[in-house]
Amino acid sequence: MSIAAEPNDLRDDVLNGLQLSTQLERVWRTPSGWMGALMAVDHKVVGRRYIVTAFVFLLLGGILAVLMRVQLAGPEKTFLSADKYNQVFTMHGSTMMFLFAVPVMEAFAVYLVPLMVGTRNIAFPRLNAFSYWMFLFGGCFLWISFLFNVGPDVGWFSYVPLSSLQFTPTKRADVWAQMITFTEVAALAVAVEIVVTVFKLRAPGMTLDRIPLFVWAMLVTAFLVMFAMPSIMVASTSLILDRLVNTRFYDSSSGGHPLLWQHLFWFFGHPEVYIIFIPGTGMVSAILATFARRPVIGYPVVILSLIATGFLSFGLWVHHMFVTGLPQLGAALFTASSMLIAVPSGLQIFCWLATLWDGRPVYRTPLLFVIGFIVIFVLGGLSGVMVASVPIDTQVHDTYFVVAHFHYVLIGGAVFPLIGAVYYWFPKIAGRMLSERLGRWNFWLAFIGFNVAFFPMHILGLIGMPRRVYTYTADMDWAHLNLLSSGGALIFALSFALLLVNVIYSLRKGELAGDNPWDASTLEWATSSPPPPQNFDRIPVVKHRDPLWADSESLPVVAGLSAERREVLLTSLAEAEPQIREASPEPSIWPLLAAIATTIFFIGSIFTPWAVLWGTPPMAVTLIGWFWPTGSKEDEE
Amino acid sequence: MRQTIVRDVSDLPTYGYGPRSGPWWGAMGFMALEGMGFAVAIGAYLYLYAVNPSWPIGASPPDLWPGTVETVIYVLSIIPNEFTNRAAHRQDLAKVRIGLIVMALIGIALLVLRGFEFAHLNTRWDNSAYGSIVWLILGLHTTHLATDLGDTVVLAVLMFTRHAKPRRFSDVTDNVFYWNFVVLAWLPLYVLLDWVPRL
Repeated sequence: MSIAAEPNDLRDDVLNGLQLSTQLERVWRTPSGWMGALMAVDHKVVGRRYIVTAFVFLLLGGILAVLMRVQLAGPEKTFLSADKYNQVFTMHGSTMMFLFAVPVMEAFAVYLVPLMVGTRNIAFPRLNAFSYWMFLFGGCFLWISFLFNVGPDVGWFSYVPLSSLQFTPTKRADVWAQMITFTEVAALAVAVEIVVTVFKLRAPGMTLDRIPLFVWAMLVTAFLVMFAMPSIMVASTSLILDRLVNTRFYDSSSGGHPLLWQHLFWFFGHPEVYIIFIPGTGMVSAILATFARRPVIGYPVVILSLIATGFLSFGLWVHHMFVTGLPQLGAALFTASSMLIAVPSGLQIFCWLATLWDGRPVYRTPLLFVIGFIVIFVLGGLSGVMVASVPIDTQVHDTYFVVAHFHYVLIGGAVFPLIGAVYYWFPKIAGRMLSERLGRWNFWLAFIGFNVAFFPMHILGLIGMPRRVYTYTADMDWAHLNLLSSGGALIFALSFALLLVNVIYSLRKGELAGDNPWDASTLEWATSSPPPPQNFDRIPVVKHRDPLWADSESLPVVAGLSAERREVLLTSLAEAEPQIREASPEPSIWPLLAAIATTIFFIGSIFTPWAVLWGTPPMAVTLIGWFWPTGSKEDEE
Repeated sequence: MRQTIVRDVSDLPTYGYGPRSGPWWGAMGFMALEGMGFAVAIGAYLYLYAVNPSWPIGASPPDLWPGTVETVIYVLSIIPNEFTNRAAHRQDLAKVRIGLIVMALIGIALLVLRGFEFAHLNTRWDNSAYGSIVWLILGLHTTHLATDLGDTVVLAVLMFTRHAKPRRFSDVTDNVFYWNFVVLAWLPLYVLLDWVPRL
């Protein structure tokens, strides 16, 4: 056993400059070739894959949205059949929520959080690789099923009894339920990694009140994932058991209860909204500080608001169920809590406005998207307060008013900050700037297109157009507004095409970024763009909440970590005092093999309950292979 | 950027125990989310209990003996578990080996008893919503029991190979920690499954 340093262990204190960088790169790089790619555990490699994959699903989900808008552009169109339309809106919602919105936010965290807290890799890098493979396989499973006409068609929340075996005798609802299991496993794994990364891997001196707001937001989100997603896993498991082995959870003739499904679903489904929105606020805080040229006003207020939002988000789920005939006291309570959550969100908005007011704003593309966010999200918040009240909700329930509301909240609250974040962090990830000119076009097309597409839906809802109808008759007088909305949707889609063009063009021809092109204050900008495999040659020491603004010339660092094997520095939870030099896992093929075994288990169990039996040994074998020591040096101390 | 070395960490250890180490927090995270899973399942049970006029539905309550015997074993298993914990902290390989073998045997015994418990539930999963939720909850806990048993067996084997190095003792303490969670999760489930239907 060697608690103290072995004398022949090469440390980063005897190397310097290029020698140190080259040595660390050799230790931390992802092996080359196909096999190397499949073994990757570098959070930047996995994070990049996660981001790109999530955007591919955005593209697919977006195409479905355009198909729906084409179908609804005029009365009695036959572009999509009723059955196809059911699949398309279900696939759109499921893809956007489970394969795009949550994963893309976690993906940004996977890439950025380790850099922002000043460490070399995420906690549990192999679990991270496993999570990515599970997400990829789950997404492919859903989409391949859809292409074979087995796409789910029961809505993204898959209400019973419609999704029960009696009313959906095909495999479509099983595909939905098992896709949920895939993506929740992936999301839960990342949540634990983020929590441990933030708790234990922060650079020395990064006390709780020096953690960047984006990291705080991702930490709160990770906790929401951990406490919300088990509910949907219980829900999807019980649904699939009802369908496969005749359990009676939702069968009212045998003591089951359909409303149990709604409770389980929305106990997850409402925090889900904040799982998508809170990372958006983290992005907004990061971008706003940089472009307002001053720290966000009210740092503690913003953090307390995030935490308050997190707690309150678990107390609202019943407002999705106002028309199910609740006791009056229940309705009143959930109305109050639904209105209450507007308070912490409002506090954050005022902090951001004050920051802009007091700063010297530089109106580059990321900031434009943040301002677009503020406008659209506030509008979504206003219609949210409206539907929080039972009488209004009863009127507009299941109409396009609700569709308008949640697209304002979700696209405004998450997608606008996200696109801003793409413009903001692309230089760090790719080493090149995105084109500013295309960026401005991108923003204005998105902003105008979005509002033209979704604002008319408020009115359509108020004049009675229900959700999820595949067509309508001419005498309803909905045609003009629908046509307008479809036109807006095309403009909105065009803005994403422009983003894609910008990314492809800038990857090759974009202006070189340098380490810190925006003169930002957080640690990810203290290393090169893109960062080397080891992230930092030496782990930074943090003495200020905005370290790069406090001292832009020199970076205080620690020395004494190994330079010949993967080592990260663990620090204490509150004070971030160095505690342990812990080994960080090498690349490994086992996470991929474990994900393949789990995939066979999950998909097999749709077809036969026996898959649980024969599917378990391969999973056990791959997990043992994963954890069994390889005999390498760090394993043997 | 120029780097100024302000601190040397070469004296720090390369592994640690409890909240100092990373895996401990990882285990904590998974316990939190799995605990939430149990809480949601309990919530579903109580919901079904509340909406149904009679409970259990079309069945008599589970026979008491398997669950009760298990509960006694679970509670007593804390003693050898803690013995293993202390041995691991002292890095006493011989005692850790004994502790892990004892814990593995206890796990196997509990798994066998669990089989009896399923057989004595007096309902099937497809009888009624009562049967379904009872099987779901017991199945959920059995998954945890089996997973921890698997982990214990692998660790026990590991400690007899050349890989039985000091940092593995930290893994042993995390396994001990997780077992406490399996025990703690069982206690409310025992009351729920065996006693609530008798109310």
